[in-house]
Amino acid sequence: MHIMEGYLPVVHAVGWGVASAPFVAFGFRSIRKRAQEMPELKMVLGVSAAFTFVLSALKMPSVTGSCSHPTGSGLGAVLFGPLVMAPIGAIVLLFQALLLAHGGLTTLGANVFSMAIVGPFVSYGAFKVAQRIGLPVWTAVLLAAFLGDLSTYLTTALQLALAFPAAQGGILSSFLKFGGIFAFTQIPLALSEGLLTVIIFNLLAKHNAHSFRNMGLLRDAGGDL
Amino acid sequence: MGRKGNLIMLGMVVLLVAAPLVIVRPKTGPGGEAVEMFTGADGQAQDAIAEVSPGYKPWAIPLMRPPSGEVESMLFALQAAVGAGFIGYYFGSRRAKSGSDVKA
Repeated sequence: MHIMEGYLPVVHAVGWGVASAPFVAFGFRSIRKRAQEMPELKMVLGVSAAFTFVLSALKMPSVTGSCSHPTGSGLGAVLFGPLVMAPIGAIVLLFQALLLAHGGLTTLGANVFSMAIVGPFVSYGAFKVAQRIGLPVWTAVLLAAFLGDLSTYLTTALQLALAFPAAQGGILSSFLKFGGIFAFTQIPLALSEGLLTVIIFNLLAKHNAHSFRNMGLLRDAGGDL
Repeated sequence: MGRKGNLIMLGMVVLLVAAPLVIVRPKTGPGGEAVEMFTGADGQAQDAIAEVSPGYKPWAIPLMRPPSGEVESMLFALQAAVGAGFIGYYFGSRRAKSGSDVKA
């Protein structure tokens, strides 16, 4: 999902930057608020950030014969709401842009938008819907992380399609082309991300059963999913 | 879902990551030469841009690039290690504090 440095036309680069900036700003505020409301969960917020650090560094092979990486942004979105992930994801992407030449400063806005905004919002929405229709918590977490991961890569494909419409077929044809590169590769990875997110959610729930129930994340008394 | 469920899911992740290495057959180019496998999707998207818009010239270059693939993988490993280190520290300290927040 990393769009490389210089690979978005100036107008697009600036546009995505402007679109992402308020989410990151409100995200910092949301983190401060969450830390005040539930100081006992500050470390869990740290674990969510650390989870994104780990998962976005792991480039995994996929059935398409390509490699790609998960995003790890679903966990924090499910636990603390989607906004907290905007600054956390932005920090990870900044680190990768500056030190790893992975992504870039000119494409930071677009990459933040796909990985740290769309992904977390889709995860959060999927979790809420899954809970409302009464799916077990672990299924809701799995779906949230899976769909968040996939939506991040579809957003990247859309961003590239908007910037580089095909001479014949325009944006749709380009979207299918870029989507073809990202989407199929990402399906098994998104499933891996979903499973890993359930595991860590499971472990966190065991150690924070009381808080998680108060947050409406768990229903039964045992801290079990 | 307890420890057993977690182990089963971890096993599934290992399978999902390992299976492609076994299933996917090496591809050969038009001249029968071996094509590099398991390259990054980000790089392939970059190639696709060149196909769709052959005239496009990137207007910025990274401020610095890892001087080699080895240094790059060191930095990625560092990123993962910092994250995994924090997660390990958290669960270790929770476990030391008796493993549940019910009493806290």
